[in-house]
Amino acid sequence: MSELEIQVAAGVDTAGGAKTAGRGRVSVVEVIAALLAALLITAAIAPGLLAPGDPLAIDPLAAFGAPSWTHWFGTDESGRDIYTRVVDGAHDSLLIGLTATVIGLGLGAILGVIAGTLGAAVDFTVNRFLEVLFAFPGLLLALLFILVFGPGPGSAIVAVGLSTAPGYARIIRAQLIRVRSSAFVEAATVQGLSRRRILTRHILPNTLAPLLVLGTLGVGQAIVWAAALSYLGLGAQPPAAEWGAMLSAGRTYITSAWWMSFFPGLFIVLTAVCATALGRSIERRMRHA
Amino acid sequence: MADQLTRARLGGLGRRLAGAVFVLWAVATVTFFAVRLIPGDPAEAILGGPGSQTSAEALAAVRAEYGLDQPLSLQYLHQLGRLATGDLGRSYALNMDVGPLVLSQLGGTLVLALLSLTVAWLIALLLATWSTGRGRLARQIGSGLEIVAAALPHFWLATTLIVVFSIWWGVLPPISTADARGLVLPVVTLAIPLAGFLGQVMRESLTAALESPFVLSARARGESERGVLWRHALRHAALPAIGLSGWAFGSLISGAVVVETIFARPGLGRTLLNAVTVRDVPVVIGVVMIVALVYILMTVLTDLASRLADPRPMSTGTGAGA
Repeated sequence: MSELEIQVAAGVDTAGGAKTAGRGRVSVVEVIAALLAALLITAAIAPGLLAPGDPLAIDPLAAFGAPSWTHWFGTDESGRDIYTRVVDGAHDSLLIGLTATVIGLGLGAILGVIAGTLGAAVDFTVNRFLEVLFAFPGLLLALLFILVFGPGPGSAIVAVGLSTAPGYARIIRAQLIRVRSSAFVEAATVQGLSRRRILTRHILPNTLAPLLVLGTLGVGQAIVWAAALSYLGLGAQPPAAEWGAMLSAGRTYITSAWWMSFFPGLFIVLTAVCATALGRSIERRMRHA
Repeated sequence: MADQLTRARLGGLGRRLAGAVFVLWAVATVTFFAVRLIPGDPAEAILGGPGSQTSAEALAAVRAEYGLDQPLSLQYLHQLGRLATGDLGRSYALNMDVGPLVLSQLGGTLVLALLSLTVAWLIALLLATWSTGRGRLARQIGSGLEIVAAALPHFWLATTLIVVFSIWWGVLPPISTADARGLVLPVVTLAIPLAGFLGQVMRESLTAALESPFVLSARARGESERGVLWRHALRHAALPAIGLSGWAFGSLISGAVVVETIFARPGLGRTLLNAVTVRDVPVVIGVVMIVALVYILMTVLTDLASRLADPRPMSTGTGAGA
């Protein structure tokens, strides 16, 4: 897999942000993305603030209700309020996405740093290893993991984390090599600093700086993938209010109650777009800082 | 001269092919040992899982038939030997050989993936050419559309398209049929998110190409704006996106798992999902091996295509293939 392919897959802005005007100003998109992120995080931490009702409260008389003033997003087959359930599901969905991203980034950072610092032989070995992992595109590695360890929310998290790790490893290795050959590292070498000091004080902090950007961009992608696994019945299971599982449950009633699948999915899309917008904004600001 | 140039461009090909064989061997090894991590007795799984009351004789017979009574190293060598001759083993659940099964499903998925790739290219191309050179607002609209498109999950896009086009308007079938109409929704579902990714790359390289000296000289020669765009800039702008096609193909195969399931369309993706759900190990290995093979072939081909399409005299872009 090439550098460009990995960057595109990770959602990194391949233009390098050079053309983006107004580096200091806050754009409208950034304000909207930040507000949306605040709402989603509030929903995840304190769902009661946004939706005071009980997400599991059933009301058979109100089953399959279309969106209305009392039920903004409609009701499901047991008359549960979809809006309350979507807000309640933010917790599981965001937590799954975040955990998977942390696993992927952590593994990726370890592999990337090992490849970039322990010499040519290790670099060669790690690179061949990553090439093998890239031959399982997209969800395939996750599916193989689930085949071995069985379906479930925990499996889905680790599976998504593992599938994203190779891409992160490549990006971090490339960044490390770029930093290592930059002028300020050369200056530190000329000043006679020890190799260890240069590595820990100069190379590593600059290599790992983009982790924040990669992580923000990655959460959206991880939520989408984990939701796909739930949708396929391999992740979180339907009674849970996780967005992918809600969509999966709504699949049976697609002809009569479109809102059961539409709204949970809409929130997956909103979260992913929000993560991309925020990630790119952080990236731009870091580059011009 | 031209011959020499071609040879120089194809120089790394032998090494690429050797690398491809290595990756295939490693994929086979990884899957072989990963599958041994599955808890439980494989012989029991073949006979219908734990809980199915099987006699000790039946278990012993299955072990002997599948070679499960041999040491692991021998099983591994046998597996490699069989894979090398194209024998993918026998499905636990479907009572048929995996090779013919996977081959019969491959065609449908390839058609779906190639059509989606083409449609994604067209959408990305239209969006990129429309939004470039028209000022800031057009660029922002283009970029916004691409980001949203790239974030659309296949499963949600598919259900939304089914609701609108099949249930409300009734113009397209909600499940994949043999005729062309049944292909529209699956192809669009796969193409739109991919177009978002391709479009971002294409628009950025198009912007860069339009500002480069050769475009200036074409303009100075009196070429029309349209001529500059279609005859000069687009060729350069397409290069990075051509290089992405290998990756795109991989993500399409992965997307096919979801799309084939939703549209009840036969194919590799649906076969893989079913096999993972019932833990039909040989089928999973078979599909994974075929996908890896096709994926590696695609990356070698796109690498070759971008080397040949590169208008620069000596490819300085070989670094992209690393």
